[in-house]
Amino acid sequence: MATIAQAIRLALHVGETRLGVTDILGEDVGPPLGGVFTVTQGLKTAWNSPLDERGIIGTAMGLALAGQRCVAEIQFCDYVFNTIDLLKLAGSSHWSSMGQFVLPMVVMTPVGAGIHGSLYHSHSFDSMMTHIPGWKVVLPSTARDCYGLMISAIRDPNPVMFLYPKALVRAQGKDKIPGEPDNPRTLSKMIDAPLGDRSSWIPNWPVLPDFSIPIGTANILKSGCDLTVVTYGRHAPLCHSIANKLGDEGISAEVIDLRSLYPYDWETIASSVRKTRRFLQVNEDGAITNFGEHLIRRITEELFYELEAPPKLVAARAIPGIGLAWPLEQATVPQPDDVEQAIRELANLSA
Amino acid sequence: MTKTRDREVWKSLRGIPEIYQNKVPPMDALRVFDIMAKARALEERLRKISKTEHGYFWVGGTGEEAFNVPLGLLVQKGQGPAFDYLHLHYRSGAILTAMGMPMIDAVRQMCSRATDRFSGGRNFVHHYSIPAWNVVPVSSTIETQYTMAPGTALAQKRFGGTGITIVNGGDAGTSEGDFATCLNWSSIPGRELPVLILVVNNQWGISTPFSEIRGEQTAIQRCGSYGIRWETVDGNDPTASWNALSAAIAYVRDTRKPFGLEAAVSRLHGHSSSSGGARVDEPDCFEAFKGQLIEQGTASEDQLETIYIGHEDEARKAFETVVREPLPTPDTIYDHIFAEENSWQP
Ligand SMILES: Cc1ncc(C[n+]2csc(CCOP(=O)(O)OP(=O)(O)O)c2C)c(N)n1
Ligand SMILES: [Mg+2]
Repeated sequence: MATIAQAIRLALHVGETRLGVTDILGEDVGPPLGGVFTVTQGLKTAWNSPLDERGIIGTAMGLALAGQRCVAEIQFCDYVFNTIDLLKLAGSSHWSSMGQFVLPMVVMTPVGAGIHGSLYHSHSFDSMMTHIPGWKVVLPSTARDCYGLMISAIRDPNPVMFLYPKALVRAQGKDKIPGEPDNPRTLSKMIDAPLGDRSSWIPNWPVLPDFSIPIGTANILKSGCDLTVVTYGRHAPLCHSIANKLGDEGISAEVIDLRSLYPYDWETIASSVRKTRRFLQVNEDGAITNFGEHLIRRITEELFYELEAPPKLVAARAIPGIGLAWPLEQATVPQPDDVEQAIRELANLSA
Repeated sequence: MTKTRDREVWKSLRGIPEIYQNKVPPMDALRVFDIMAKARALEERLRKISKTEHGYFWVGGTGEEAFNVPLGLLVQKGQGPAFDYLHLHYRSGAILTAMGMPMIDAVRQMCSRATDRFSGGRNFVHHYSIPAWNVVPVSSTIETQYTMAPGTALAQKRFGGTGITIVNGGDAGTSEGDFATCLNWSSIPGRELPVLILVVNNQWGISTPFSEIRGEQTAIQRCGSYGIRWETVDGNDPTASWNALSAAIAYVRDTRKPFGLEAAVSRLHGHSSSSGGARVDEPDCFEAFKGQLIEQGTASEDQLETIYIGHEDEARKAFETVVREPLPTPDTIYDHIFAEENSWQP
């Protein structure tokens, strides 16, 4: 099935042919490369911008203010940090103008560790971004979700931050995107740019029926009754497979892929916690002032008397960076063993 | 596109091509004076309000009227890419007065009333947002407007027509990378954008003189490195400003390429109310223009004084109306977070 890179590309193709996308801009997103992760190959509105993140976000805002629809890419989320005041501005312009101006714009950027990226290709941005009101924030983990949420992001009248897990960009999804050919090799032949000279290559896009995933809806990857694991991004498939393994031992974990971080699907989280009475949040951003802490705070405030055990967060160590050497990265961002141990502990804690 | 290109080195791109200078229409001096008087009277009233219990912070453009009024009169005013987009800052009041903003609009924002049509009492004075005139939301963040200007200009270039983007800000702010962003993105080879890049140079950034922290003589000369034509003008002289702005705007409208213009102006009441807002000894464009009109016999001192008093009166009445209007209510803080209704959740 499609990879995340292909899925985003397909959604952007739908965006520029059917949803009015006028510009896909960012560093190296245009021909010949089509993005360092190949996410924008073959798209007719993709163009290479100057190496200037503030210019990318500012221009996207200007385009949005002037009625254009754009998808702007920040090559790695590690480089979005110098645009934070512009992101704040994009998020506040509708509010500060009493709803008179809208900024329909999508910013997409790959996040997270897992590719031996060292200090500046491993950052997460979910905690920081959910702290910037006026934006919708998504972080899907599968190709199909990336496709469906990118379509919704493009359609949304608000600024939407589309984060995607860079370590999974080339992973093939299990679920088909509606309209996608059955054989992944067929899809690759149709829409992946050839190696070498691409100057005369044009993609052969599959016919894609209308399909989207609403922003704000979580996906229950596995149902269970002993504890609730809420996660997103790279750790969604990881938590899912560990929960499956522990299921064989009689620990029944419910795994929820949040997909949208703002607005988030509180109903799905709350009804799961009411059922399991135990809550674990897993993400790979730094543990201090972490988005998972917000979820835990809300659960503690609103569902305290439903809980049988203290809620738990598994997140990255709050240290200045992620070291390159594998033992350093492993010791810093949550690994399968960390998640497994946390699930076991939480499931076995008695009230 | 090949990797390396032979490029001419731009020796000097200073000056507005003559064909655009030759086409400048004559300025209606009395009309310009009238609007300068109105802008000045309004600003004086706003500054006074900051000293009462009805307003907090004042910042504004006293001393920039001779440049800002001609600019406002030359704007192609309307909504959408066929018209000019304006990316302004907190000293741009006289531009809007010249465009036809009623005084009371600024007074309402100064007094943070619910009736403030720009921000509903949410933002400082001179932080406009007017969709009908393409005045995009003004922000206190210095220089961010220069990053957005290429975006609206790109939409205009694509649309065709004669609409241009006008971006305006101070001298100290040009130290921010955002100024370079504007120059770079407006001058991409083959994709030049119709942006009038303005710098209003009062030689101050709050308390720091331009000469203390900058080696350049002007901020705008940096345009030359990007292949952008540029010029400087005495922003205390309304006629010189009218001529330079008319020609520069005609150049941008016609060529669909950027142009940089830096105006030398005064800052007559210091940075803002935070530094006291007291009058300082710098050339006053309004008084100078008044003297000039009297000397030329265009009008008598009494006539000009009567014009000013009329505007003062309007400003005072606007204030008297506004003080009776309500402040925004606390329950409105959640309004307009997102563009759909009821989509906000805690
Ligand atoms: C990004 C940013 N940094 C600092 C400030 C605080 N600040 C407000 S005005 C100002 C000076 C601006 O000087 P200049 O650009 O010359 O404009 P002027 O006020 O002189 O018109 C500063 C430092 C700000 N508002 N935004
Ligand atoms: Mg200044």
